Amino acid sequence: MSGHATFEPQNKYVKWFEDRLPILGLVHSSLVAFQTPRNLNYWWTFGGILFMFLMIQIITGVILAMHYIPHETLAFDSTEHILRNVNYGWLIRYMHANGASMFFFAVYIHMFRGFYYGSFKGPREGLWILGVIIYNLMMAAGFLGYVLPWGQMSFWAATVITNLFSAFPIIGEPIVHWLWGGYSVGQPTLNRFYSFHYLVPMILFVFVILHVWALHVVGNNNPTGISVKSKQDTLPFHPFYTIKDAYAIVAFLLIFVWFVFFNPNQLGHPDNYIPANPMVTPPHIVPEWYFLPFYAILRAVPDKLGGVLLMFGALAMLAVMPWLDRSKARSLTYRPIMAVFFWLFVIDALFLGWLGSQPAEGIYVIMSRLATAYYFLHFLIIMPLVSTFEKPRPRPESIMQSVLDKAGDASPAKEA
Amino acid sequence: MIKRNHMMTSKSVRKALLGLATVSVLALPLLAHPAQASGGAATPHTQNWSFAGVFGRFDKAQLKRGLQVYREVCSACHGLKRVAFRTLAEPGGPEMSIEAVKALAKEYEVQDGPDDEGEMYTRTALLSDYFPSPYPNDNAARASNNGALPPDLSIITKARGYLRGFPNWFFDLFTGYQETGVDYLYALLTGYEEEAPEGFVLNDGMNFNHYFSGNQIAMPAPLSDEGVEYADGTKATVKQMAKDVSAFLMWTAEPTLEQRKRIGFQVILFILLFAGMMYFTTKRLWRGVKH
Repeated sequence: MSGHATFEPQNKYVKWFEDRLPILGLVHSSLVAFQTPRNLNYWWTFGGILFMFLMIQIITGVILAMHYIPHETLAFDSTEHILRNVNYGWLIRYMHANGASMFFFAVYIHMFRGFYYGSFKGPREGLWILGVIIYNLMMAAGFLGYVLPWGQMSFWAATVITNLFSAFPIIGEPIVHWLWGGYSVGQPTLNRFYSFHYLVPMILFVFVILHVWALHVVGNNNPTGISVKSKQDTLPFHPFYTIKDAYAIVAFLLIFVWFVFFNPNQLGHPDNYIPANPMVTPPHIVPEWYFLPFYAILRAVPDKLGGVLLMFGALAMLAVMPWLDRSKARSLTYRPIMAVFFWLFVIDALFLGWLGSQPAEGIYVIMSRLATAYYFLHFLIIMPLVSTFEKPRPRPESIMQSVLDKAGDASPAKEA
Repeated sequence: MIKRNHMMTSKSVRKALLGLATVSVLALPLLAHPAQASGGAATPHTQNWSFAGVFGRFDKAQLKRGLQVYREVCSACHGLKRVAFRTLAEPGGPEMSIEAVKALAKEYEVQDGPDDEGEMYTRTALLSDYFPSPYPNDNAARASNNGALPPDLSIITKARGYLRGFPNWFFDLFTGYQETGVDYLYALLTGYEEEAPEGFVLNDGMNFNHYFSGNQIAMPAPLSDEGVEYADGTKATVKQMAKDVSAFLMWTAEPTLEQRKRIGFQVILFILLFAGMMYFTTKRLWRGVKH
């Protein structure tokens, strides 16, 4: 990638600074001069949207931490205190709670975009795996944060999830007691979850920086999936993508503020407005919506350890994807057969999500098993097989050529 | 136990097939909705609430009537411990006068202390105090109520709800319907039968209610016609009182609702305008650039 145009400051103070710490040059090369494929569609704006939500979560989180008390008898009350008595506390709290949902909503679109256009394939394996790590950290942060209000769902989600580790033989139980800091979910658990909820996003932030760094080494993929071949294929990031991303971010904010101001509790669970009570188990323990597909996989098999291994396996599939798909073509635009399987996979993931919200009994268990089997089938059989046997449709010679073809203009490009 | 619509599956499937993954993923959270009205309980009807919708505001007179119902009926067993007297005078609530609220607070005694001698003492409540609960603790509450615990009502309308079913959950996304809790409460308060239907085995000391999970509830029907005499002359039917006290408890659960919706409308307008301007800026910038 020839993405690193030189940064030559004119101002002598800037030059002095740049000679000692070339940080402005770094910003310039990655956010201004960075050569970006000219044909990116709006599915590519979700990286920017996600960064905005990371910032929203951090800022609102820091403010919430000023008023929240991680104590089993005070946590619930302090959350209510934020909603009732802190100036604009309701706004901060609802932004943080709904921000988490929007964060996951955006990351799922971001991931499926990577699936469809083959962004996970070489040379972007490192970029992709960093993304998978970020996704896992997001899930950890989301779960830890959900426990903090110490409502009924918080408490029982913490109980169910930490208990997963007890499935491992011999080491399982000691691990669980170590996580709890005692023999049940209680004060030490809440206190350390609070600490972790502050720590995990910091680690996540570091990985986001690495993710962006890796992006600037290999460059953006694009809807055609073909590599950048010449300067004609690209545009400088600024102003083209700074403006386009900013537009997408503002547009996405509409969905966010709709939930924050007009339906702030729709994505939550009423039971979490009941203070945690270890003596009363809710009739249905349901995780937040963004965990539901994995929750369905977890409960699909009667064996606890099997379920736990399947759930972690389902996440591991994402990390090994770059080696499961062997097709020369990245974008599914040129792979009609795999495109069908892509949509089947999307349906399967949504179906698993729905199953995760159902009780684990009767027909739901059978359907969960089928959907789980298909999930793994997609990665382990369909991806390698289809990518080996499917002959991709002819691809354009270059990104610029595809753009011209689309415009119905056969004449060679003139503008830079 | 959950009467979830089986059509939902095929609908989501078809949607995804159409490639509307965006909408479907957004819809996913709604599939995870709670199972409160369960165990043979009837589904509550949606009521007309003044505070529903984008321009929803509380009806101040209704909140005052609801407060009266709470004080004269519910407060015998149910607390309101997260509600401070001062909030009764604050904007977005019943908006009573400070004098009226001070007078109301004076009717309550709260514990304070220790004083200079180290003794706890009781005094009349001030604006800054919270509604005292009828029982000193849960055990005392259970002991007085045949083993059942009357829950604190401060956030009860947010801590209850019912399944919306297809296609309501989908429309709720766009209408912002969030009154499942208060609709359930109204249904519960008006859902009593003096006699359980034939063949229904009612446990000792329990009461039949169409909307409560399992149809048996320890709380006897709390409201009866003319149970209170409204200061504003409104006829105190069971339905009227149920409606008023439900609205009042929506306010206690969400005292910032009016502020939230008012600011929200301004924010949405601003972002719409901003997004529109960004749209044209983007269009202008990319005009003539092949992409």
